[in-house]
Amino acid sequence: MAELMRAAVNDPAVGAGPAPLLDVRGVTLQYKTKEYLVTATYRVDFQVMRSDRFVLLGPSGCGKSTLLKAVGGYLQPVEGEIRMKGAAIGPPGPDRMMVFQEFDQLLPWRTVLGNVMFPLTASGRLAGRAAVEKARDVIARVGLEKFADNYPHTLSGGMKQRVAIARGMAMEPDILLMDEPFASLDALTRRKMQDDLLELWEGTRFTVLFVTHSIPEAIRIGSRILLLSPHPGQVKAELNSVPPGTDGAIIASLERRIHDMLFAEPVEDAHT
Amino acid sequence: MPYSRVERVLEPATGAYGVVEKPLSTGERIANMGWVRKLAILIALGLLWEGYARWLNNPLLFPTFSATIEAFFQGFFGGTLFSRVATSLRVLLIGYAIGIVCATVLTVIAISSRLGTDLLELLTSMFNPLPAIALLPLALIWFGLGYGSIVFVIVHSVLWAVALNTHSGFLSVSNTLRMVGRNYGLRGLRYVARILIPAAFPSILTGLKIGWAFAWRTLIAAELVFGVSSGSGGLGWFIYENKNQLEIPNVFAGLLTVIVIGLVVENVVFRLVESRTVRKWGMQS
Repeated sequence: MAELMRAAVNDPAVGAGPAPLLDVRGVTLQYKTKEYLVTATYRVDFQVMRSDRFVLLGPSGCGKSTLLKAVGGYLQPVEGEIRMKGAAIGPPGPDRMMVFQEFDQLLPWRTVLGNVMFPLTASGRLAGRAAVEKARDVIARVGLEKFADNYPHTLSGGMKQRVAIARGMAMEPDILLMDEPFASLDALTRRKMQDDLLELWEGTRFTVLFVTHSIPEAIRIGSRILLLSPHPGQVKAELNSVPPGTDGAIIASLERRIHDMLFAEPVEDAHT
Repeated sequence: MPYSRVERVLEPATGAYGVVEKPLSTGERIANMGWVRKLAILIALGLLWEGYARWLNNPLLFPTFSATIEAFFQGFFGGTLFSRVATSLRVLLIGYAIGIVCATVLTVIAISSRLGTDLLELLTSMFNPLPAIALLPLALIWFGLGYGSIVFVIVHSVLWAVALNTHSGFLSVSNTLRMVGRNYGLRGLRYVARILIPAAFPSILTGLKIGWAFAWRTLIAAELVFGVSSGSGGLGWFIYENKNQLEIPNVFAGLLTVIVIGLVVENVVFRLVESRTVRKWGMQS
């Protein structure tokens, strides 16, 4: 454990560099269920730089989704602070667009085009023709130009997630928050979506904060991976991932390394 | 000795299978149209009515279908039926509109605070089971013998059904959609109007349909009790008046009008709204 901490501190990316885009410092998050007060994360620190593909990885119960919601502004930390570009984050807003896991995140009463345009017009970013053009452009980039006038219920799960990603990208947010966006997809579609996300990222190099519980996904998607241990979520390690297209053996060894770190201690089932 | 199996790689057959897709025959398509089937049932019921009434041969108790239709057209184009219907519908629409506005205000209060929710739940559980017509005597004291009283009881019958359904619709909006709405920076009434109302629209529409049916029934019942005010009653009064004059075909024509208006509103107006909204959006099949 101590060795890991030292490794993280010695990591060059953590040292003095450009000011972080997102700075999460000593954040403890708690939420109430009907019967319990649950501490989701305890004193979590991490910094996301511009154009990072930053992955929060951990088993269920490590508070990674709660952490993402706190960055989104849905939840106030009970301790510590979250800063975006130096300023404390406010309530949810379109500067931090979210992509959720659920397929029902699209507004069923709007077409694909309407869904992508809605945040643009609702936030007053763009209006009229400019909004339509922007939305069409992003829809084309996720490969759905033929479906622009379809209603969401006529789309497959993968296509719905593409629309959600397009909707997030159209706003050009400071950071795109993705909460296990591919977890409900079948394995083949999931693989394709991961590749497509990387390709989109190559185009504009937007900053992503991505939550997953899949180690291979974290390695494929992420440029940097934060490992969280469960009950309550605490930072276990912060690693650099390998670039896409790296030799399979290196990926396998990183995968094993992460696996061993996450499951070094037997997982206790506290709240089941 | 391990059992080994031969691998197979096949080319898909082309053209050997009959059809991939072929349009259904005209007969099948007609049978698939709901309104055609319903129309057939209506015609059958009409024939049954006609046959039974002829066999009974007692126009004072049960006039034939054709006599009713005749009375209907005579009343509509020559007699007072049309103006009666117009009077009824005007009162109905006023009451319906006021009821919806009240329900909207109540539901917005209900979703904005926990105390508001408690208020709505308590009021609906108190007043929803109370038949609107039971309030009529009280309404007569408060608003006098006129439209005011009828509008009051219609508002009462619409308000709770619409408020209850709208509120339960708001409550069932998924957490994801709520978070999406807040993510766009929508707050307050804009959030209600642009996220909650469309997301809850299937329930709201159900409430509107139930409210309409309640209002319509309440109106006819109220008019039967006292339809007349300054000489121009509504449809309920038309039925009552003709019963007193033993114009039984007219009574049936009045009842038929009530049914026809109900059918048209349910199957044309609300169906149209449904197919343009919740069906198109895939929120209801």
